[in-house]
Amino acid sequence: MKLKGVLSTAIAIASGLLVLAGYFFAHSSGGGTSLLAEIQVILLNWAVILAGFAILIGIVNLFIVHLGKIRGKKKGSAYSLLLMLALITTFLFGLVSPAHVGIVFTTIQLPVEASLMALLAVTLTYASIRLLRNRFNLFSVIFLITALLILLGTAPLPLLGDIPGISDWVRPFISHVIATSGARGILLGVALGTLITGLRILFGADRPYEGNK
Amino acid sequence: MSTILELVGFGVVLLSAVLLLVLSILYRKKFPTFREIPAFTRLRLAVGRVVEDGSRLHISLGHGALTTPQSASALAGLDLLRRLAYLTSSGDQPPIASSGDPLLSILAQDTLHAAAKSSEQATFDLNAGRLPGLTPFSYAAGTIPIIHDENISANVLMGNFGAEAALLTDAAERQGTFMLAGSDNLTAQAVIYASAQEPLIGEEVFAAGAYVESNHIHAASLTVQDILRWLVIAAILIGSLLTLAGVL
Repeated sequence: MKLKGVLSTAIAIASGLLVLAGYFFAHSSGGGTSLLAEIQVILLNWAVILAGFAILIGIVNLFIVHLGKIRGKKKGSAYSLLLMLALITTFLFGLVSPAHVGIVFTTIQLPVEASLMALLAVTLTYASIRLLRNRFNLFSVIFLITALLILLGTAPLPLLGDIPGISDWVRPFISHVIATSGARGILLGVALGTLITGLRILFGADRPYEGNK
Repeated sequence: MSTILELVGFGVVLLSAVLLLVLSILYRKKFPTFREIPAFTRLRLAVGRVVEDGSRLHISLGHGALTTPQSASALAGLDLLRRLAYLTSSGDQPPIASSGDPLLSILAQDTLHAAAKSSEQATFDLNAGRLPGLTPFSYAAGTIPIIHDENISANVLMGNFGAEAALLTDAAERQGTFMLAGSDNLTAQAVIYASAQEPLIGEEVFAAGAYVESNHIHAASLTVQDILRWLVIAAILIGSLLTLAGVL
């Protein structure tokens, strides 16, 4: 490993250890904030500032990618042109009237995202049908029956209203007992995975900040 | 002074660190065998096809910000990206990495750059690490054209997603391309189970490193997870029994 690599790894590991220690030893013996906790706050604030600059770089990257699409007259370049126009317009609007830039999000961005959310309902229904075709096994059948029971128990049928047995017993039992216990098991596994991934990075075994190993 | 909970947390981290170190040293001599996860076997085949037919691999790292706890799955995805970028570096086109977090996007570019440098054949494309959007749905909307238009034959979703993951898996399905997907988010896991060709459930997301790259520290990390899981099970059972007995 070159000197640059050793230095960057050492700085990353030291920063990681200091931030981690700040969580466990946050209080001094006098009851106030410990030095480690103060260092942790400073390092995290630096990270937030860097993340802010990274957004600028990301937007420049987005601009370059779509400019390349327009120049190369690639498929979907009309959409790229629309995106760039929207980007420039929003940017100028933000410069001219920073107090009202939120209007762009509430009147354009949010409705578009809400419509995509609505599209998800169709996509998921189609995916459920496809599940039986692509992966027909016991778990897929259980998955679909559970989804169906929850739907029937949650959305009352026209004229009938709540379905006796399903709305008042089956749905609560599935969602509060079976699903909650399963979800907790999965979350515990994810938490352990998160812990070990963090430790691998702290040991310098995974070095995402260095690109090469 | 630290509270009891903080000390217990510190103890768990310390125990995990010691176990990881000891097991990684032991595994240098004898590498363990793990249960087969078919998704990773099929991923290796898909990567082989990418190199053979000159198409591209797309890795989506989600939108978990690096400054939040949701970043762990994205970091696991980044590790997988590094490995897959090296594996496909002899192919005609570099992989594309998309992410909804700007810091992740920079790290992905750096990883792809390093992979390109390692191969004489590979070229580095600055646009291969992309930031399609900053919100979950704008990210999905920006990633769908990548799946459709960039000659992609294999997709990997690994990171923090929400329900919008279904839009990406659907796009891959419509293109008839391979899709391996995993997330640390419960909603995304349910959606991925229903819609992805090769879903990863629970902590399988964090096992990618050990399965794709036979590395002793990755293998050790899987064993440590198993040991910790048994400890958690034991703690839950003891806690339940003590509660039943009226001690707790």
